[in-house]
Formats: sequence, structure tokens, C-alpha cells
Amino acid sequence: MRMAFRTVWYGLLVACLACAWSAPSAAAHVAHADSLDGGAQEAEGAEAQGVSASSEEVLDGAGSEAEGGETPSTGWFDTEHTPTAVATLLFGAILLFFIRSARSGKPLFIRRIAGLEAVDEAVGRATEMGRPILYSPGLDPMEEVATVASINILGQVARKAGEYETRLIMPNRDPIVMTVAQEVVREALTQVGRPDLYNADDIYYTTQSQFGYAAAVCGTMMRERPATNFFIGHFYAESLILAETGNATGAIQIAGTDSDSQLPFFICACDYTLIGEELYAGSVYLSREPLLLGALKGQDVAKAVLLVVLIAGAILAFFGIDIGPYLG
Amino acid sequence: MKRTGPVVFGFLIGMLMLIQYFTQVPWIDDRYNNVLDWKQVVFGITLILGVVSLFLHHWKKIERKTGGWGYSVVTIAGLLFMIAAALIFGREEGPYPWMFDHVQAPMQSTMFALLAFYVASASYRAFRVRSFHAALLLTAGVIVMLGRVPLGEMMGFHIGEHYFSLGTISTLILDYPNLAAKRGVMIGVGLGMTATAIKIILGIERTYLGKGA
Repeated sequence: MRMAFRTVWYGLLVACLACAWSAPSAAAHVAHADSLDGGAQEAEGAEAQGVSASSEEVLDGAGSEAEGGETPSTGWFDTEHTPTAVATLLFGAILLFFIRSARSGKPLFIRRIAGLEAVDEAVGRATEMGRPILYSPGLDPMEEVATVASINILGQVARKAGEYETRLIMPNRDPIVMTVAQEVVREALTQVGRPDLYNADDIYYTTQSQFGYAAAVCGTMMRERPATNFFIGHFYAESLILAETGNATGAIQIAGTDSDSQLPFFICACDYTLIGEELYAGSVYLSREPLLLGALKGQDVAKAVLLVVLIAGAILAFFGIDIGPYLG
Repeated sequence: MKRTGPVVFGFLIGMLMLIQYFTQVPWIDDRYNNVLDWKQVVFGITLILGVVSLFLHHWKKIERKTGGWGYSVVTIAGLLFMIAAALIFGREEGPYPWMFDHVQAPMQSTMFALLAFYVASASYRAFRVRSFHAALLLTAGVIVMLGRVPLGEMMGFHIGEHYFSLGTISTLILDYPNLAAKRGVMIGVGLGMTATAIKIILGIERTYLGKGA
């Protein structure tokens, strides 16, 4: 295992260096090609990745000269994604470094997240009141990372619900999410020695319709009167309908979403809200698994690195220094 | 094998998806499209499981006469009616599209319309001035709301020769502090997504498999 881990770690470093080395040549290929038609795509890609306006101009310039039908590429590698590849590999390397540190037993400080600290209290409250817990994984399908993060948190919540012998209700909008959730809850309850508490009928499919799902969840909240509501995942316009209905029933509510447009609604209507990245940290924070804590620490360090890069970029832009051409 | 099999499978598929994004090799693109096709197949199968789950969930409620079992009768009746209508009259004409246009669409609009009232009640709680932060939120909220309507353009003040309308201040609030905070959240989300994906591909995070971390 350790050997495999080391191989991946060194592999990432080598790949990172290789990508960084190939970037200038790829950029030169883009800037000097006579028959490119990918300029507009390049600019769009650059905008999506947050590249500065000056570098977009460089790419636009390349595009304005282009008239052919060839895609900018060095063959097997799509040079359009070079910055993304470098950033991904660097980030991966940082993560693996901290996971390795965590393996060696080095203590890691993780800041307190109020919404996740409250999970115990929320499950305990439901137990004391003799009422169920309601868990909504959001509207997105299983392939979305927010839904995966939600399912990871579900596993931890189900464990706690099992320990406290509390019923967990989970209406689903996506049948694949429902199937995965049933498996996760069953395993979680088995791990805490309470497989008898598992009831497949409590993790059920409702409808694909957005507001049909909202109506179904609201109806469940009004009839079953859960003491605790979890809204963890990616939500759309129905977020406030769910949170306000839950608020009206007097339930303690913990929400978590990566949708920046829905965050204000959850913050207004819920007791605790996991903001953006806290959603992805949820499972790690609750499980306290050392390896995963290492990854969380790596995530924080990567954010610090990004912050330094952003500040440096802002200073350079302030003084009118354009490093775009050097970066490609 | 039961434990490592899904992890190895996840690693291989995850790496394939990752490599596909960074490459232009037709064979890998084809495999990527295969995976997308398979997703449709899996969705179709799980949809049957979902409908069965929905039916059983409500059927048991009717059997046990639990609270609100009348709603379950309506749900099952609606489910069976729509299946029968589609099979007998087809999906293009007859009661099936009629039910969509005259029952489902108005009900969805009704749920969406409820949002207006919920926004009002949530805003009332958020804007109650209980602290400095709440006061700040209230002030910014009022400026942005007024600045978005024509009246806001007429309200403002002069500093020297320059006129600052509420519309201008509203745009400043949205374009600078608001956008900066949103971008901060989005950067964190991006890193969180990448970290989660890497952990799953490498098999470090396994909770989604129901196996514990």
C-alpha cells in the first residue's frame, strides 16, 4: 500500500513537471500557428479558468488570425487544458503530501465547523423528541460531486442515527441516488450493529419534477414532523421552500450547498449552514479519519497557495505588469 | 475482493474520465461516450426501482392507514392513471398530455409561486436588526432593492460635481463586495470538488460505497 502510495506521489510530481515544461511550447504552438480556428474556444477556456484579461487578448489575437480547421494540440495532449492540468497535478501533489503526513501520525489542526459540530446535537434532539430525521440530498444526479459529498455525509449521519436508534427518512429525486443511499444507510447501520433499524421504505423515490420533489418533501415534513432536517447537496429554487417549511415545523435545520445563489436562503432559514467547501469537508470532519483529515489539510494549504497567487496577480496587475505571455 | 473491487473499478473509470478531459485520443473519447451511454441504461433500470419504491412506500401507508394515507391513494391513482393513459392513448394526445398541461404544470407553477411568500418571511427574519451585522445586511439589502427599481435612480446624493444614485451604489455593492464573496466561495467549492474527486479516484474516500472511510 505504502509503495503504491509513493508511486502515485512521485508520478504526480513528474507529471506536474512535465506539464509545466510543455506549457511554454504549447503556448508558442497556439500563438504562432497559421491555421488555427480555436482562438475563440481558447479564450472561453481561459475565461473559465480565471486567466487574466491580457492573456485572453493574446489568445484572441491568435484566434483572429486563424482560419483553418485544425485544433491546437501537440498530439495526444490537448494543450488548451495545460493550465488546468498543471493546477490539478499541483493540487493533487499537495493533497498527497498532507495525506502522507497524516499517515506518519503528525497531529493536524482543523478549524471548527459549527454546522458539523451540531450534527450530534441535531440527531440527539430527534432522539429525545422521538421524531425522525429528514435528509435531502439535493436535486443533482449521482455523478455530481456535491451529491457524492452529500452521500458521504449521509453515511456519517446514518451511523449516528443508528447509534441513537433514530429513524432516518430520505426522499429522493434521482433513482440512482436513492439506490446508492439505500446501500450507504444499510452499511452504516450494520457497522454500528443495528441492521434491524434499516427500512428501505424510508429511503424512497418521489419524482423527477423539481417542484414536485419540493412538494413531496414539504408534505413529508408537515406529516411526519421530523425534529431535524438535513438539506445537504446541490439545490435550486426549491431551497427556500424546503427550508421555510422546515422552519415552520420547528425542526432544527442543517443545510449545506455549493450553490452560491441558494446559500443566502439557507443562511436565512436554517440554524446551521455549510458554506461551499464545508460541504466537501463534512464527511472527513465527522469521521475524523486521519488519512482524510490529511486531505482536508492539503485542501486548506492549496487554498492558501491560491490566495498568494491571487494577491501576487492583483499586485502585478496594479502595476501594469503583464506576465501572460510568459505563462502562455 | 468485495472491498477492493469497487475501489479499483472507481480508480480505472475515474482515471479514464480524467485522461479523457486532457487528451484528444479518439479511442478514449469513444470509451467516454460508452460510459455516458451506460449511464442512461443504469438510469433506466434504477428508474424502475424508483417507481417500485414509490409504489411500495405509499402502498404500505395505505395498508397501515398511517397519517395522511389519503395522499398516498391519490399518488398511486395518479401513477397508475398516467401509465394507463400513455399505454392506451399514447403520449402525444389524449389524457396523458392533457394531464401534464392542465394538472402538473399548474401545480408546479403554484409551488414556484409560493416562493414569493417564503422570500418575504425569510427576509423578515434576516432583516431584524439584532446586531451590527444584521444592520449592515438590512442597509445593503434596502439599497440594492431600491437601486434595482426606477425610483432608486432618482434617489441619491451629490459629492462635489458627482451624483451618486442608489442604482449606482447598488451596482457597486453587487460588483465588488458581493462578487468578491461569491468568488471566494466558488474558489473553495472548486478546490473541494477537486479534492473529493481525487480522494474518490485514489480510493481514500470510500463512504459513498457504504464501506466507511
